[in-house]
Amino acid sequence: MEKEKKGEFWQWAETNWNNPDIRWEEAQFITLGVDVGSVSSQAVIMVDGQMFAYGNMRTGSNSPNSARNALKFALEKTTLSEHRIDYSIGTGYGRVNVPMADRTVTEIACHARGANFLYGPKVRTVLDVGGQDIKVIRCDEKGKVTNFLMNDKCAAGTGRGMEVFADLLSVCIGEVGDRSYLVENEPVAVSSTCVVYAKSEATSLLRKGVSTNEVLAAYCSAMADRIYCLLERVGVEPEFAITGGMAKNYGVIGRLTKKIGLEPLKTVWDTQLAGAVGAALFGYALCQKGKSGK
Amino acid sequence: MSKRQKREIESKGVRINFKMLVNYGYSDGSGDYFITIDTDKCNACGACVGVCPAQIFEVVDEDPYDPMNEQPQTTVIPEKKNKLKYECERCKPSGNDRPALPCVSVCVSEAISHSW
Repeated sequence: MEKEKKGEFWQWAETNWNNPDIRWEEAQFITLGVDVGSVSSQAVIMVDGQMFAYGNMRTGSNSPNSARNALKFALEKTTLSEHRIDYSIGTGYGRVNVPMADRTVTEIACHARGANFLYGPKVRTVLDVGGQDIKVIRCDEKGKVTNFLMNDKCAAGTGRGMEVFADLLSVCIGEVGDRSYLVENEPVAVSSTCVVYAKSEATSLLRKGVSTNEVLAAYCSAMADRIYCLLERVGVEPEFAITGGMAKNYGVIGRLTKKIGLEPLKTVWDTQLAGAVGAALFGYALCQKGKSGK
Repeated sequence: MSKRQKREIESKGVRINFKMLVNYGYSDGSGDYFITIDTDKCNACGACVGVCPAQIFEVVDEDPYDPMNEQPQTTVIPEKKNKLKYECERCKPSGNDRPALPCVSVCVSEAISHSW
């Protein structure tokens, strides 16, 4: 990844996209969903329920600015102006600090709705591995939540934990998945799931002369175990989809898939967008219901 | 209806349309601590709010996990969600003869359950 800064191995590429074929001038409702997470922020703009543009970037120390920057980033290559947006919904940890939001919706509802859009209505179980939390959501064919749990007390097995590891081992975060499979024998998973203790365990493994790839494999495997425990509590019903940044890390997902025995669905969209997509879709639904007052 | 009864009916191929099971709580190195509220059974009467010595429940006007649903809903106060192990401690003394949990026994619709 060309965008990765030298010496900052945790950096992942920030991206934006838009669909130039959609004519927003003729649209009935233009809605915005902003997901300000603990690690990343996304802004998704939908034109009558169709994906028009998105921006995906790192959350800064200031939530209102992160929301504004993500929106600016999404609009960068388009002719659409911020003022034309009919309805905005904020979601994620920083949802109370999204200045342009007309209302907020919890990330659980947004992720289920978003996954329903990104992976199609056959999704029944959504696993979201975010920056600092893990959510397991069961939903129906309309993307309505039927059962869920969210663990945001412990950062074990989350995206931030993987960033810490990438940095510790000086491996670009995008390569972690591939490199963790370049081992002859699958090593034993690190015993601690806690990021802090897993880090010291990894350091001692490295000192013993264990290769970087093997340490990565051991950690990916521990993360998969951890995620699997949470999945079991709610139960997995096919079809199964994974959202959030961790869906891009095959080292963890491959091992998790093997444990569950179910292949997750694939999507052409960026998996980190689910929350913001759901928010934009709720905005559209509320506009149609005539609740926006516009 | 107990979970066992529900399972029995479901095993006969009848699908029971429950709305949502909301698991409040967390899992960390020491174990799993979840309180599950079945929003289909819960009628938002608020009995649990008054009976809980740690005051972890509240009734909100709108279902926070379904923006299209505007019915009142019992929830666990967000600030207390990640402290459940300690908040619930006074109702869960160690030993074998644990008394019935006030929130569970007061709920006539059996909407509340604890995982630990």
